[in-house]
Amino acid sequence: MSEFTKIILIAISAALVNNVVLSQFLGLCPFLGVSKNMKSAAGMGVAVIFVIAISSAVASLIYQFVLTPLHIEYLQTIVFILVIAALVQFVEMFLKKAMPALHKTLGVYLPLITTNCAVLGVALNNVTDHYNLLESVVNGVGTAVGFTIAIVILAGLREKMEDNDIPAPFQGMPIVLLTAGLMAIAFMGFSGLVRL
Amino acid sequence: MNKAMDRIKNGIITENPTFVQILGMCPTLAVTTSAINGLGMGLSTTVILIMSNLMISALRNVIPNRVRIPAYIVIVASFVTIVDFLLQAFLPELSESLGGYIKLIVVNCIILGRAEAYASKNPVVPSIFDGVGMGLGFTVGLTAIGLVRELIGAGSVFGFAIPGYEPIGIFVKSPGAFIVLAFLIAFLNFRKMKKKKSNTSDTVCRMEDCMHCGNTSCGGKFFDFDGDTDVVGHVGKKEEKKEMEENANE
Repeated sequence: MSEFTKIILIAISAALVNNVVLSQFLGLCPFLGVSKNMKSAAGMGVAVIFVIAISSAVASLIYQFVLTPLHIEYLQTIVFILVIAALVQFVEMFLKKAMPALHKTLGVYLPLITTNCAVLGVALNNVTDHYNLLESVVNGVGTAVGFTIAIVILAGLREKMEDNDIPAPFQGMPIVLLTAGLMAIAFMGFSGLVRL
Repeated sequence: MNKAMDRIKNGIITENPTFVQILGMCPTLAVTTSAINGLGMGLSTTVILIMSNLMISALRNVIPNRVRIPAYIVIVASFVTIVDFLLQAFLPELSESLGGYIKLIVVNCIILGRAEAYASKNPVVPSIFDGVGMGLGFTVGLTAIGLVRELIGAGSVFGFAIPGYEPIGIFVKSPGAFIVLAFLIAFLNFRKMKKKKSNTSDTVCRMEDCMHCGNTSCGGKFFDFDGDTDVVGHVGKKEEKKEMEENANE
């Protein structure tokens, strides 16, 4: 398999087949919490793509050029979580200074992503699957795009559900979880699409 | 001793992380494909929670307030790494089936939440028992969900097959996790409504439990993002005051 095909397959697999929220359950908190309307869902999605793209690149570089040469791979969890937390802070500060307009749209979401399990999960998966730098970034962006697809669809469904007559105990979280369950069934249709 | 039992009861029943606070949903859904997996994950989290509560409580006067969250994260991540390697060495099968989710205990809201809400303000011994209680509460939650999913989805209990039952495979796959949790929360809401005859505003979720870990769906409620009403916040304040009074009384 050529490198190019592999990259394409990684992207499709990350975005659709192994969807980060619907089949791996990572990043569930923002998925359920910020999907009330399309606008904030899309904002969250973009913020996640942004952060995961940067963090998977940085984590991959650190693993290759710091942890592996020093033979301290076992510190990966500690190093990655700290790097991600620092990175999110840094990105927020940078955006505030350099691009105030973008900061205004993404700013609220950034602190919520700091300890989002999806960000750490991608960084750790990249190491487990022995991806190189390019593959790591593609896997990261693919995963984040998958998150965005899922959260935007869920937000759309929730907007439609707003006026429906839902039994009282099911109002709020349960009906959203049921919707997510049905979406997960739909996304199972993608399985078998890609064989790496 | 009474105090210790109180912390344990608080963790398992009053403030059960899974059923009452609805914290730590990623592992709850991901690893509960069978009761054994749920139990394994719950106990691993319990060990990490006890150790990190102990450490954070012991260091609570040393860690400067401004860098406390990164400091907590380093402590938690160290214990997660230790437990991860211990599982790989002694329980390789369990480690295999839990996969990457052991490492992701680092970002489990329960651990940072307890560090922030309890261990950072209380002496070592109560903090340990708080860890025991919360950890066991989480274990009970995970095992129960795992039991239901395994029973319906694979037709077995703790790996022992039930003869003559046709399993509904979807329940051990990812959609089943969402559906089981949805019915579980609906049931809890139903019971709460019957008991209180009012809406469900008696959640014990605190602001600080939720904010630091980006948990936006605390206590089955949504953190209102647009800032109209602070659903999580004002419930928390009342609860916090009560706890502060308790501490002052000691």
